[in-house]
Amino acid sequence: MAKISLTVDGSKVSDDVEPRTTLVQYLREKLGKTGTVVGCDTSNCGACTVHLDGTSVKSCNVLAVQVDGASVTTIEGLAKDGVLHPVQESFRDCHGLQCGYCTPGMIMQSVALLEENPDPTEEEIRLGLEGNLCRCTGYQNIVKAVKQAAGSGAGASTAGAVAEEMDS
Amino acid sequence: MTTTQDRPTEVAKEIGKERRRKEDQRLITGRTRWTDNIVLPGMLHLAMVRSPFAHAKITSIEKTEAEASPNVVAVLTGADLGESQGVLINAWAITTDQVTPTHLPCPSDKVSFAGEIVAVVVARTQAEARDAAELVDVEYEELPAALDLKKSANDEVLAHPDLGTNKSAFWKFDSLEAGTGSSIDEAIEKARADGVVIEREYRQQRLIPAFMEPRSTVVDPTGEQITMWSATQVPHILRFALAATTGVSESKIRVIAPDVGGGFGGKLQTTPEEWLTFAIANRLGKPVKFTETRSESLMVAHHGRDQWQKLTLAADKEGNVLGLKVDLLADLGAYVSLVGGGVPVLGAFMFNAIYKFPAYQFNCQTVLTNKTWTDAYRGAGRPEATFGIERMMSELAAELDMDPLELREKNWIKHEEFPFTTVAGLEYDTGNYEAATALAREMFGYDELRAEQKRRRDAGDKVQLGIGISTFTEMCGLAPSRVLGQLNYGAGGWEHASVRMLATGKVEVVTGVSGHGQGHETAFSQIVADRLGVAFDDVEVLHGDTQIASKGLDTYGSRSLVVGGEALVKAADKVIEKAKPVAAHLLEASVDDIEFSGGRFTVRGTDQGMAIGEISAAMFSAHDYPEGMEPSLDSEATYDPVNFNYPHGTHLCAMEVDTETGAVKMRKYVCVDDIGNVINPMIVSGQIHGGLVQGIAQALWEEAVYDDAGTLVSGSFVDYLLPTAADTMNYEIDHTTTPSITNTLGTKGVGEAGTIASTPAVVNAVVDAVRHLGVNDIQMPCTPERVWKAVNGVGAGGEDPTEGAAAAHFDPATGMEGTTDRTTGGTQA
Repeated sequence: MAKISLTVDGSKVSDDVEPRTTLVQYLREKLGKTGTVVGCDTSNCGACTVHLDGTSVKSCNVLAVQVDGASVTTIEGLAKDGVLHPVQESFRDCHGLQCGYCTPGMIMQSVALLEENPDPTEEEIRLGLEGNLCRCTGYQNIVKAVKQAAGSGAGASTAGAVAEEMDS
Repeated sequence: MTTTQDRPTEVAKEIGKERRRKEDQRLITGRTRWTDNIVLPGMLHLAMVRSPFAHAKITSIEKTEAEASPNVVAVLTGADLGESQGVLINAWAITTDQVTPTHLPCPSDKVSFAGEIVAVVVARTQAEARDAAELVDVEYEELPAALDLKKSANDEVLAHPDLGTNKSAFWKFDSLEAGTGSSIDEAIEKARADGVVIEREYRQQRLIPAFMEPRSTVVDPTGEQITMWSATQVPHILRFALAATTGVSESKIRVIAPDVGGGFGGKLQTTPEEWLTFAIANRLGKPVKFTETRSESLMVAHHGRDQWQKLTLAADKEGNVLGLKVDLLADLGAYVSLVGGGVPVLGAFMFNAIYKFPAYQFNCQTVLTNKTWTDAYRGAGRPEATFGIERMMSELAAELDMDPLELREKNWIKHEEFPFTTVAGLEYDTGNYEAATALAREMFGYDELRAEQKRRRDAGDKVQLGIGISTFTEMCGLAPSRVLGQLNYGAGGWEHASVRMLATGKVEVVTGVSGHGQGHETAFSQIVADRLGVAFDDVEVLHGDTQIASKGLDTYGSRSLVVGGEALVKAADKVIEKAKPVAAHLLEASVDDIEFSGGRFTVRGTDQGMAIGEISAAMFSAHDYPEGMEPSLDSEATYDPVNFNYPHGTHLCAMEVDTETGAVKMRKYVCVDDIGNVINPMIVSGQIHGGLVQGIAQALWEEAVYDDAGTLVSGSFVDYLLPTAADTMNYEIDHTTTPSITNTLGTKGVGEAGTIASTPAVVNAVVDAVRHLGVNDIQMPCTPERVWKAVNGVGAGGEDPTEGAAAAHFDPATGMEGTTDRTTGGTQA
């Protein structure tokens, strides 16, 4: 067992974990952060995407012991004070989800994408989401949602949120 | 009574509005209830020990070491579980003499496909269960495996030697015998003498539904009712089958399908994993969970398609079709699953499609093999049929040097000919193929693209342009119960709904269909809001729990709206009928003078009136209501559809094919679907987009591949090519509308349409691009290698199977063999 302490969605947590525990297992099983889900076992699907110190990672591909001292944001920590993040808002507005299983990862990746590139072209969006699989939407409305969020300045607002996250 | 209350302003119609979905707030914030999220006190976890062999005798199972592993509670084999494990059913024996192997969740003597469960480990954590599963030592005596579909159909190697044959059932429809048309043999003979006969053999490759949420089941036996949560499309069918096969009373079983992450037919199943979780939870008296890994999901959750289609199309020299003969071989895999051979049989009524064939014959042989069992995958039988006929119509056009759209128009049912009884015996109620085609043609720029194609062909461009067409129809809205009875299906096709009028004016709607991403909560709220004249937000839709929605037949076959929605309309109408005498009583008027509109009961010729919510409240207090009436407006309805439902559309696809490399690139895709009246256009667009991509993926990318030993080598998302955002594009979609006349709302199903239509449009386009180079078929998926080989005449189409040894870790020559553990479904050792 190894002791880790970190910040998850703004709360400080501390636990003993088995060294082999992945970050997504830790989030789901120890912290009850079941908003983040597992869709594959080869890091292809991206359903488990979270932000680790402001960068998107597939949390099935990170060990819990690697995040000691870090700050993690999951889909459950994206909305602030009950106000949805613009990317969450645009996914709903553009019907960028159906069953919703890929959605936590897809939204977290889209937020990271816009943070790196606040005004992406359609091709840049499609390439930026290549690591996240969706079986329902055919991606058309996901791409539309990311474009719409970019138009509403989501990239800028995300950068602010991440800075805040890093400060905490 | 508040007759003086201001009348509500005219209620805006909900139907047709792009309402944002009610279900999304939870899904975009991670406040979700997937089955794997459920944690119960004292809950134990299962891991499955699976056969690495396609066909083998189990000679011994040594479990001592696994039992001694930390926190292992039990290691159970088929012998340990005995009859308590129940048995998995086939609900549709397509013939009365169908050969159906017994399907135990965990067999104890032999395994019949790679991935079959041979033992189950129960431990305190999932990780400990999986660790211990590695320690179960199973000895096998390998048997020859029936793998190739055609060879298996000849009984060269038997999948189940005790059955004596691999042939499960032969199903035939003949228009002469059925009295729906003339003789197919005569039609072909006539065409051979003085017309055209097109003969082709097409391969429907094996596909994997690959829903995003891996299947998961939790069973809690600690209450009076045993509760099962499962990631299923069919909670009601699941409950019935559990009761029917385990001896537990149906009333003691509650099945809940909580949030379910996609299905596409892949969760239209009753599974060994569900049965074992149920049996073990009951045995141990503790809550038990099983969640599969993705590799397990791809390996053992049922597969789809997998057919060989021999097609013979007879026509005269002017391009008028005379007859169609279909000879199918359909791979069932190792067992006859829940729907099983019913999937290809659903295609029997659709090969004739929108065309007026005078003669038609459909023959289908279902075959058992030692591979993962097959069942429904989005479209189920209809994509196969649509692919076959739409490819053949384009081949006929090429043979006669006619424009493929003109050839189709020459043969399709004209809009003034509806209702039309087809050569397969179905009555198509409405449709307008001319209108959909005209709009699609215009959006696509058909003539300009044809002109460009000619220019590039004349110039000898290395990248050639191809145009593909699919003018499809399908039968959905499963299904009239009597028809299902005639087809020997084990259940009906009705649907149930109830409407509860709450004291606060809110409305609870209970439906027997079980959504998993389709947006039922939103669309059904729109329907009820309009019907009862209440606010959209005041309607709550409840589903997916057999204790709440006690009756239902669940979600598949594009039935939820056209069957489930109609049940809802009928229940809502009963509420209005019940409320009328109450309104009359309270307004001191005659029932005959009561009118209902926009949520308000009024007395004809007066300004007296009451809102429906006020009547609900009055019935809750029940202080003053008509004599002889029950104090309730709540109503229910069970609706049995009178006919199938026939959406149609015209899909046009332009593909660019690099003749030097075989690379294909989609240039444009236009579709105009006629799905009758639309409840929510936004949701419909989403269904079309997603459906299109699944159909396009069959044409270009996806294939489940087995090696020579019967091991699935496309058992992870590394090897099974699911398209990404970067592989796809924006599709141009629109609609024409001819309302269905067999349901009140005039709707047609849309869930499967995109998938059914798109596959042949894409392949027709790829073939069209290189037809001048002597190519008339390329087997799916049309990979660059296959296209290149076809263009270069080195083994096209069916001559080029995908390499079985595509995954290095299964190939002894790479030295990597065994680096992936095959006993637990590919979990890393």
